[in-house]
Amino acid sequence: MSTITDPPAGSFRLSMLINDTRYRSYTFQFIALVLLIVAFAYLGLNLIANLQAAGLNISYQFLGEPAGYDINQTLIPYTSQSTHWQASLVGVLNTLLVALLGCLMATVIGVFVGVMRLSNNWLVRQLMSIYVEIFRNVPVLIWILIIMAIFIAVLPQPRDFRGEDAEASMVLGAFAFTGRGFYSPAPIFGPGSGVVVAVFLASIAGIFAFRNYAKKALYDRGQLIPTLWPSIAIFFIPVILAYFVMGRPITLDYPSLQGFNFQGGIFMRNSLIALWFALSIYTAAFIAENVRAGILAVSKGQTEAAASLGLRPRRIMNLVVLPQALRVIIPPLISQYLNLTKNSSLAIAVGYMDLTGTLGGITLNQTGRAIEAIFLLMLFYLAISLAISAIMNVYNNAVRLKER
Amino acid sequence: MKKIAILGAMTAAGLSAGVASAATLDDVKARGKLNCGVTTGLVGFAAPNANGEWEGFDVGVCRAVAAAVLGDPTAVEFVPTTGKTRFTALASGEIDLLARNTTWTFSRDVDLGFEFVGINYYDGQGFMVPKELGVSSAKELDGATVCIQTGTTTELNLADYFRKNNISYEPVPIETNAEAQPLYLEGACDVYTTDASGLAATRAAFENPGDHVVLPEIISKEPLGPLVRHGDNQWGDINRWVLNALIAAEELGVTSANVEELASAAGENPEVNRLLGTEGTLGEMLGLDADWAVRAIAAGGNYGELFEKNIGENTPIGLARGLNAQWTEGGLLYSPPFR
Repeated sequence: MSTITDPPAGSFRLSMLINDTRYRSYTFQFIALVLLIVAFAYLGLNLIANLQAAGLNISYQFLGEPAGYDINQTLIPYTSQSTHWQASLVGVLNTLLVALLGCLMATVIGVFVGVMRLSNNWLVRQLMSIYVEIFRNVPVLIWILIIMAIFIAVLPQPRDFRGEDAEASMVLGAFAFTGRGFYSPAPIFGPGSGVVVAVFLASIAGIFAFRNYAKKALYDRGQLIPTLWPSIAIFFIPVILAYFVMGRPITLDYPSLQGFNFQGGIFMRNSLIALWFALSIYTAAFIAENVRAGILAVSKGQTEAAASLGLRPRRIMNLVVLPQALRVIIPPLISQYLNLTKNSSLAIAVGYMDLTGTLGGITLNQTGRAIEAIFLLMLFYLAISLAISAIMNVYNNAVRLKER
Repeated sequence: MKKIAILGAMTAAGLSAGVASAATLDDVKARGKLNCGVTTGLVGFAAPNANGEWEGFDVGVCRAVAAAVLGDPTAVEFVPTTGKTRFTALASGEIDLLARNTTWTFSRDVDLGFEFVGINYYDGQGFMVPKELGVSSAKELDGATVCIQTGTTTELNLADYFRKNNISYEPVPIETNAEAQPLYLEGACDVYTTDASGLAATRAAFENPGDHVVLPEIISKEPLGPLVRHGDNQWGDINRWVLNALIAAEELGVTSANVEELASAAGENPEVNRLLGTEGTLGEMLGLDADWAVRAIAAGGNYGELFEKNIGENTPIGLARGLNAQWTEGGLLYSPPFR
């Protein structure tokens, strides 16, 4: 194509649109575009006409009306008098919460299993293959239901904690593991706690600064500075000092059994935990295969070369193989994150109020605005997915092979 | 991607609205089957029996309509619907009639574009708790975990009730009645709330029904009835008057046992005669033949027979007639006259 020069001006004939290879593809693309527009226009008009015939109209006014229903897990203030829009936002945040937790845990498990599948130990290798094959080949909805059912059946209910010789008791007097969820102490930030938090953040920054310094010392002067113990010291010592100097401003609110349920502390619902676990272990099986593929994609010569330089196996993995494998792993990892996020819409199976449960479930039902709610639901998921893609692509660009 | 999404939404809406044509009666006759939406399984109201045949109180309404319209009470295609899918199924024309203990509310009638053809069960929302909790009133439920079927009016009543009484609770949304049972029995929730009739039916299916009590508070009015789409008045009339015929038949003493005999010749009671088509042209006015009500009553009996057979005091569900007795016996059932 590039060798063909532009035709002389004035020689264009209409038949060239079909016969001339320079224009033909444009002609067909144009026709396809027109057909597409016509198809959409037909469907749109059909929708409007049919809605009118049924006496309905497209309206998003319901978003401003009071929702009227309660949601158990709300990350932002919400009561039954809040609007449907607020309920949708609660749902979005719940979706994001389980997606974030799920992606983190799936990555950790996935990388671990993926690396272990290449282990030299026969038993470990087989166990990991069994894990991958079982979890990858059973639908995630089944996993969600199984985990929830086990959760409810195995763990004691709050009523079992009651009475003199209760069947169940709290772990360390602070944690309660019940079939309704996990209760743990919650920190209460008293006056002066800001200083402690600031010191904590500063010490984390300090750890990074120290590690950078150690790396620089290694690369510039060949000086090997130990990092593990100093990091731990920087992490704990200033915070503990600040905590006592400020007169112990942070206290713990312990959960205790009052009435039907434990009150106080941090409560993690069974629905969240079941969904989180199920999504994590399911997606981790796929991530494990991505990781294995990525590692196998790094030529064996690299490992052998590194070994001949005297690097130990763990360092070969961390310094030579994984950085190269990441380039292969990241792109499919993005789609696994997207899958996990979209699979979280199965949440209603265990009563977790995510976006599908609020906007696409109760709001849709109570208002009867199915088309509007589903359309908005799709936009929300699209936005979430595109955002995840965008963030992960930034990371992908950072680790990919830079050609100069 | 966005375009595809819009396409999907529009196709769904376009297809569904296209089916909802005006003459439902002709569609049903041409099909030879009535598509009737019922629950996914609530013993006594609508559930398949051991032979896989649907039976129950709501199923009785479906069969009566099928008998009146098609002459065959078995010419019904039962479409199980959840609280969530029922209205879409009806609006899209997938079903002709929804008989699924659905509460008649203003917004469902007016805003969603449906027509409730009557009330076949006067219900109210109640609470069920295990006896061992020692709770005797719903006002003692502060802090309780409550299992609730999502997509129902009970969800809104519950929020209102607890807000009004200024007590807190933890809702656990459940999709179907069947999913709620194990959660409640395992103790994942302290309380199960739904219509009192539903509670009775659910409790009847438990291993030890005696271990559970239904609290005395009824926190809402739940008039349950069959419904059809707006805009087809003839179809709405047929369903309304089939239901009325069942109610009137009980009042007039017409049962499945004596209906054939009473319909064989005009008797002394003119209203019975008009109902059974031995006098007047009521069937013709509906667009049916004269025997429509005879077949509807013969299908499963009159209202009282349906009640006693499916949910009455001699069944495991054991509901008393209460509000659902005839107006002549202190209840609310009151059919307009057949004239």
